[in-house]
Amino acid sequence: MASALMNRIARVGRRGLDTLASLGRAGFFLWRSLVGAPNPSVGGPLLIQQIYRIGVLSLAIVIVSGLFIGMVLALQGYTILTDFGSESAIGQMIALTLLRELGPVVTALLFAGRAGSALTAEIGLMKATEQLSSMEMMGVDPLRRVMAPRLWAGFISMPLLALIFSVVGIWGGMLVGVEWLGVFEGSYWGNMQASVAFADDVVNGVIKSLVFGVACTWIAVYQGYDCVPTSAGISAATTRTVVFSSLTVLGLDFVLTAVMFGSF
Amino acid sequence: MAQRTTEIIVGLFILAGGAALLFLALQVSGLTFKPAGDTYTVDAYFNDAGGLGPRGRVSMAGVQVGQIREVTLDQETFQARVVMDISAAIDSIPADSSAIIRTSGLLGEQYIDISPGADMQSLADGDTFYETQSALNIERMISNFASGQGGD
Repeated sequence: MASALMNRIARVGRRGLDTLASLGRAGFFLWRSLVGAPNPSVGGPLLIQQIYRIGVLSLAIVIVSGLFIGMVLALQGYTILTDFGSESAIGQMIALTLLRELGPVVTALLFAGRAGSALTAEIGLMKATEQLSSMEMMGVDPLRRVMAPRLWAGFISMPLLALIFSVVGIWGGMLVGVEWLGVFEGSYWGNMQASVAFADDVVNGVIKSLVFGVACTWIAVYQGYDCVPTSAGISAATTRTVVFSSLTVLGLDFVLTAVMFGSF
Repeated sequence: MAQRTTEIIVGLFILAGGAALLFLALQVSGLTFKPAGDTYTVDAYFNDAGGLGPRGRVSMAGVQVGQIREVTLDQETFQARVVMDISAAIDSIPADSSAIIRTSGLLGEQYIDISPGADMQSLADGDTFYETQSALNIERMISNFASGQGGD
């Protein structure tokens, strides 16, 4: 009886140690991938290739989602704001919602699903087919050759995608609010400009998206690098990427919002 | 895909991100990089500045003619001192015009409306509005009404 209890406690302890060791490995992994001056003639093309695959190919889903979220915000906001006779505040509502919250958060969730999962699967397969070990054998550091360009590409792409998301959303809101529902265009932009502050809203949104970009890319690349090199292992790692990224983004969003916009 | 094509597309992507930031800065948050020489400064004292703030609208007959630079408290009179930048092109506002704080819509933002007077002289840089009308305080109006004192 006592030994069964001890076993259970030992299992909890082992899991805790495993988690801690995994976090440590992830930190060490990030550090080793990013330090060391890369050779620009090799690193530059690799980085551009990855920005293309991670950023540019995510544009379609980001633009379409941004457009529809902006349009839905306008419809919902209009219905609520007409009750107070202040539908002219719709531009302000859409812009603040998109810049502060939905732009960074929804883009990060889409990014985790669209680019993060692909990164994990790709690197996981490289590991399973021993491409990473053969690189090491040839004296090429896979961390700097494979991981670093992907990490940097994610860090760069995510804020750009979030900015484009917000702009498309604001435009979509204008389509529905101004063109369809008939809010006066001058008050759409005027209310927006009077209430959106560049330093508070736009810059804080960019900071958020940067943080989310680092978190999502780091999780995705590390999960691929650390996966069990079997088909089941890759599939589990891909699932973990999406789940961990989403939860991390939502958790970090709460913390960042409390720091940036909470008045305490 | 050829490396060069990829490079061009990635370049366009980064430019699109930059353009988005510029759009958010200029069109959405209304940042302006106007040189200071374009405007002249006028101030007004209000008993209650309500919800006025920097970059608020200053208009005449519904047309924007300038914006608020700052709202501070005058420590001697305990009035709100509102400094506004008026566009240099609007150079014939009569000196006895009055500045009125108005609200756009029921819940909209507050702005300053300049109601023109009849003086032959015009307001110049550094002048002060002689006549002002403070923000309507709905709460005070309701409590006056409820206690039967009427509007003040």
